Amino acid sequence: MYNVTINGKSIQVAEGATILDAARQAGISIPTLCFLEHRAPLGACRVCVVEVEGARTLQAACATPVTDNMVVNTNSRRARQSRRTVIDLLLSEHEGNCQYCDRSVDCELKEIAHDLTIEAPEFEGERIPTVLDTSTAALVRDSGKCIKCRRCVTVCNEVQQIGALFPQYRGYDTVVGPAFAMDLDSVACVQCGQCAAVCPVGAISEVGHIEGVWRALDDPEKHVVVQTAPAVRAALGECFGYEPGTLVTGKMVSALREIGFHAVFDTNFTADLTIIEEGTELLMRLKTALTGKAEGYHGPSALPQFTSCSPGWIQFAEYFYPEMLPNLSTCKSPQQMFGALAKTYYAEQAGVDPEKMVVVSVMPCTAKKFEAGRDEMNASGYRDVDYVLTTRELGRMIASAGIDFRSLPDDEMDAPMGLSSGAADIFANSGGVMEAALRTAWELVTGRELPTENLHVEPVAGLVGIKEASLVVTDPLPDWSFLDGVELKVAVAHGLGNTAHLIKEIKSGRREYHFVEIMTCPGGCIGGGGQPRMTTDEIRQKRIAAIYREDEGKDLRKSHLNPQITEIYERYLKAPLGERSHHLLHTKYAARPVT
Amino acid sequence: MVRQNTQCAEEVDQVKLSELDRFIDDSRDVKGLLIPALQRAQELFGYLPDAVIRHISGRLDIPFSEVAGVVTFYSFFSTVPRGEHVIRVCLGTACYVRGGQEVLTALRHELGIEVGQTTEDRRFSLEIGRCFGACGLAPVVMVDDDVHQRVKPARIRELLASYREEAHGAQELEADLVPEGAAE
Ligand code: SF4
Ligand code: SF4
Ligand code: SF4
Repeated sequence: MYNVTINGKSIQVAEGATILDAARQAGISIPTLCFLEHRAPLGACRVCVVEVEGARTLQAACATPVTDNMVVNTNSRRARQSRRTVIDLLLSEHEGNCQYCDRSVDCELKEIAHDLTIEAPEFEGERIPTVLDTSTAALVRDSGKCIKCRRCVTVCNEVQQIGALFPQYRGYDTVVGPAFAMDLDSVACVQCGQCAAVCPVGAISEVGHIEGVWRALDDPEKHVVVQTAPAVRAALGECFGYEPGTLVTGKMVSALREIGFHAVFDTNFTADLTIIEEGTELLMRLKTALTGKAEGYHGPSALPQFTSCSPGWIQFAEYFYPEMLPNLSTCKSPQQMFGALAKTYYAEQAGVDPEKMVVVSVMPCTAKKFEAGRDEMNASGYRDVDYVLTTRELGRMIASAGIDFRSLPDDEMDAPMGLSSGAADIFANSGGVMEAALRTAWELVTGRELPTENLHVEPVAGLVGIKEASLVVTDPLPDWSFLDGVELKVAVAHGLGNTAHLIKEIKSGRREYHFVEIMTCPGGCIGGGGQPRMTTDEIRQKRIAAIYREDEGKDLRKSHLNPQITEIYERYLKAPLGERSHHLLHTKYAARPVT
Repeated sequence: MVRQNTQCAEEVDQVKLSELDRFIDDSRDVKGLLIPALQRAQELFGYLPDAVIRHISGRLDIPFSEVAGVVTFYSFFSTVPRGEHVIRVCLGTACYVRGGQEVLTALRHELGIEVGQTTEDRRFSLEIGRCFGACGLAPVVMVDDDVHQRVKPARIRELLASYREEAHGAQELEADLVPEGAAE
């Protein structure tokens, strides 16, 4: 431990910590624009400069390790002036139009400028030209707002290991973006939106669907239904000043009704359905592998089976691991299952013409916008999902409708696609789909409840990048006797860098699994590219905890016991992997050229 | 991870490409192979065609955007093909003193391009050359392998005409660009 004095406060700081760490520990905030937790500091933005006694020049707090008996002043006149100059310079070339910018509520540049009392332009400079990149379904990039902090580069290259974004050209001409400053659709980008999640300014954001949704709601001919993904309820509150990790499920339902949706449904319902379909698929693959054949099953038999709910991961596999596509579960994501069933099953039940139905999703994700637009996603005969709002966009819609979110009463989702188990809630967390699948599969195979504490599969929960668990099947029911004594091995990865690593292990034969869960975003959907900014590990943990609370608070915690699931099989789908399921709930994948 | 490349090698000289691959294979152990590989490619192809950049990205398993970031960072690398004729103006001391700079200015104006660029019709590229060892006859301009001596700015158009003509036939040329009794 080192003794460090910051702004007169004496504290003990771990060796290897930076001045920035030490300051945070002392409750002193130092503004930063390029810093990202867990990533090597770039020291590029120079906003975090501080005075260190004995040093001639100001030091970048994010990149300077503390030494014993260091004396730091974060707030000297020189440090303040220097910081100001950096921000003044950035503002002089920034195409700032805050009143029209979707980041005006949470822009880090604007906030720092405000805190430093910058009230008038200090320098007159040439503005960075604005080029809008609207080439993808999910993301809009605005070069005029980019401050070249490179956070997006770090995330895309190191966390996601995609490498779609890099600085191009040099000096004043530098632009941060795809090769040769081309549009994003000219490189392999999976539209995960993690770049948008870390961008401090309005330079990368989601493609807005708010206007389309209002148009549908205003059209008296249209029947507009909405589904909300599990991760939304643990984060939406942040848009209204709630602490991260506050569950706002009931208020969210009320808000959606006030906005005017004709029916409020739950993506959780199709998450439960996913467990039935994907769990059955897994058992069929296992049966084929272990016994040579599974009657009536004609799907792929490659193992391990990978989950398929995360559209960024699907594109990642299509781009970089086409040889793994037979391993991907053929199940559509819960969003797309919902869309396909809304315009068939629900339309029939409610007597609504599916042509006049508009399906809106609320997702923690940007890639879901891309997924909804995939050519093949029209199993109902129409576009299955018409609009996808991010959690952030729903927050704005609620605000623009003049709804006082905090004073709303709790309400409940509608039948027949609004009831869900706790197993569906945990789809939001890394490890959750695996846990939900095991709760059901174990019970189907053995007739007994999953023998783990509180039904949780602890080893696959939490923020470790790659997690594993194994379970030995004992005393299976007669139908599943081929599984007797088999050690079921599973793995979970989140973030595509971790995913790449895990796949390498599997392909090399060093690791063997039966079932693997992949989520594109760090922490899972709770850390999605469409969630309120800025998501740190601390916030991830809080949202994860909230989701587990939601699960534990329910009596119904296993997908196969959801009565609305029983009902949809009885009335409509008949059997898992059956004819209708095959048509509406399952899909195919295709390799994509990288460049 | 292995990055697939499906579009590469289209319309790209396969012999040169395999030579590039040999270079990459032979240099596997070199740290920071990207820049040497790009240099070798530029030597082979004269510039860096898009397909070759993608090919290098695939071979070295470095994202295309990162490779492009390096290519665009160094002005040494060119992504535009060189013209059919490469014009090199000597700016060595002797040539400089005897008007090499004026000759260069005249060429820039005549061709409408800067040093390092290629005319839109891809007929000419303009470069600065090293001393060609013909100082007694300065200023010297080389067009491909031809050495032109004692070049005068006023006669640049004349000098270029023969190359314009030879490659594409007189009918393509604007009448006023065809001087009488062109060539040396
Ligand atoms: S990025 Fe920030 S500073 Fe720039 S226009 Fe948007 S809100 Fe304003
Ligand atoms: S969306 Fe994801 S893959 Fe695409 S540029 Fe952003 S971080 Fe990279
Ligand atoms: S797009 Fe955003 S995150 Fe990326 S460099 Fe520009 S300002 Fe930084």
